Amino acid sequence: MLDITPTEWTAILLSLRVAVIATLVATPFGIALAWLLARREFWGKSVLDALVHLPLVVPPVVTGYLLLLTFGRRGLVGAFLADHLGIVFAFRWTGAALACGVMSFPLLVRPMRLSIEAIDRRLEQAAETLGAAPWKVFFTVTLPLALPGVLAGMVLGFAKAIGEFGATITFVSNIPGETQTISSAIYSLIQTPDGDAAAGRLVIVSIVLALGALIVAEWFARRATARLHGN
Amino acid sequence: MLRVDVEKQLGEFTLAASFSSEGRVTGLFGASGAGKSSLVNMIAGLLRPDRGTIVIDGETVDDTAAGIHVPTWRRRIGYVFQDARLFPHLNVAQNLDYGRRMNNLAPDPAQYRRVIDLLDIGALLDRRPGKLSGGERQRVALGRALLSRPRLLLLDEPLGALDEGRKLEILPYLVRLRDEANVPMVYVSHDAAELRQLATQIVMLKQGRVTSFGGVKVLT
Repeated sequence: MLDITPTEWTAILLSLRVAVIATLVATPFGIALAWLLARREFWGKSVLDALVHLPLVVPPVVTGYLLLLTFGRRGLVGAFLADHLGIVFAFRWTGAALACGVMSFPLLVRPMRLSIEAIDRRLEQAAETLGAAPWKVFFTVTLPLALPGVLAGMVLGFAKAIGEFGATITFVSNIPGETQTISSAIYSLIQTPDGDAAAGRLVIVSIVLALGALIVAEWFARRATARLHGN
Repeated sequence: MLRVDVEKQLGEFTLAASFSSEGRVTGLFGASGAGKSSLVNMIAGLLRPDRGTIVIDGETVDDTAAGIHVPTWRRRIGYVFQDARLFPHLNVAQNLDYGRRMNNLAPDPAQYRRVIDLLDIGALLDRRPGKLSGGERQRVALGRALLSRPRLLLLDEPLGALDEGRKLEILPYLVRLRDEANVPMVYVSHDAAELRQLATQIVMLKQGRVTSFGGVKVLT
């Protein structure tokens, strides 16, 4: 049916690796931020909220360029990480993961935040009266009840990460086997005279992956409702 | 023993209550809006008094002058809310066990059995809260609070959300609780008949002030 060549497989597997790592690393930050935005009032909250959503509205090429300036070899953070921890982002797949993580972060945080906001705070109060310290309340009541939303956020973030293009290509370029994801492979193929068939195959793969992620996210959202009603 | 002497400003409403009670069941009686729930929430530590002291079982849990405010989770109280507030993601058995786990107490199968029998909830253990009737939920909530081994049990209109029939179904359990569970209780209600059956002492609240204090006869 789909006769996928080794080069195309490389791009698909790289995309999956980049998206999985981006999602897994972003998730703890996403949960913490979602909780902060849902449950706490603090100075600068609306600024933080806007900052989280920024990658959604700023042109991806701008985000990619800012990442290059910050995390590139000569960037302030990039130079530090390379010299002291040996972590290099520039023109590496790790950089692609960073770009995808940043770009998908708003989509990842949103369902998490909504599901935490939907939890009845009086349940958390009840847990406190039963002797649960605040961090125990979070891990035994808040997080389990928000779990379907957390998973939905992870799936949405993953779907966005796997399709990310603009920031990734700006930040880490389009190197086959290192930073060439499905999207940048399609972009290259379209510009090649007889690349249409190969581009078509990758287009189908990316649509299937995105659609699958949306269906899974929807399924988690339904579970969330059932869970909150205790059935 | 419970000693309360607090003031709290809540918008236009001023709550200034002072009483101390040795009774097994202290009934907090008053119309809705008299400040009963706010007072109980202060005893629970969910609400912080503007001024005053609260002493539970000899321990000062609130003293604004000394800057003492013990957080709710360290007060070792049990709280039964009008709306049960069972954890929807846990079944009945897990709800019952929650307080014990949070306080790192050793399992006490004898006590567990006693509470389950006392409240007749043995048949419900595997169910989710969503599959329980209002009366069953309230009994599980009572069990959950008792099994955290509190030194004071607060009950805020525990029958308030139930219809007449259900109330009559739960009331005998509360009487048994009073006589057998050996935990002092603060029982909030606007229903004099309910308190006459349960309370050993009455604190009457009117518009944020204690107007009378004494045995159940102050209800007449």
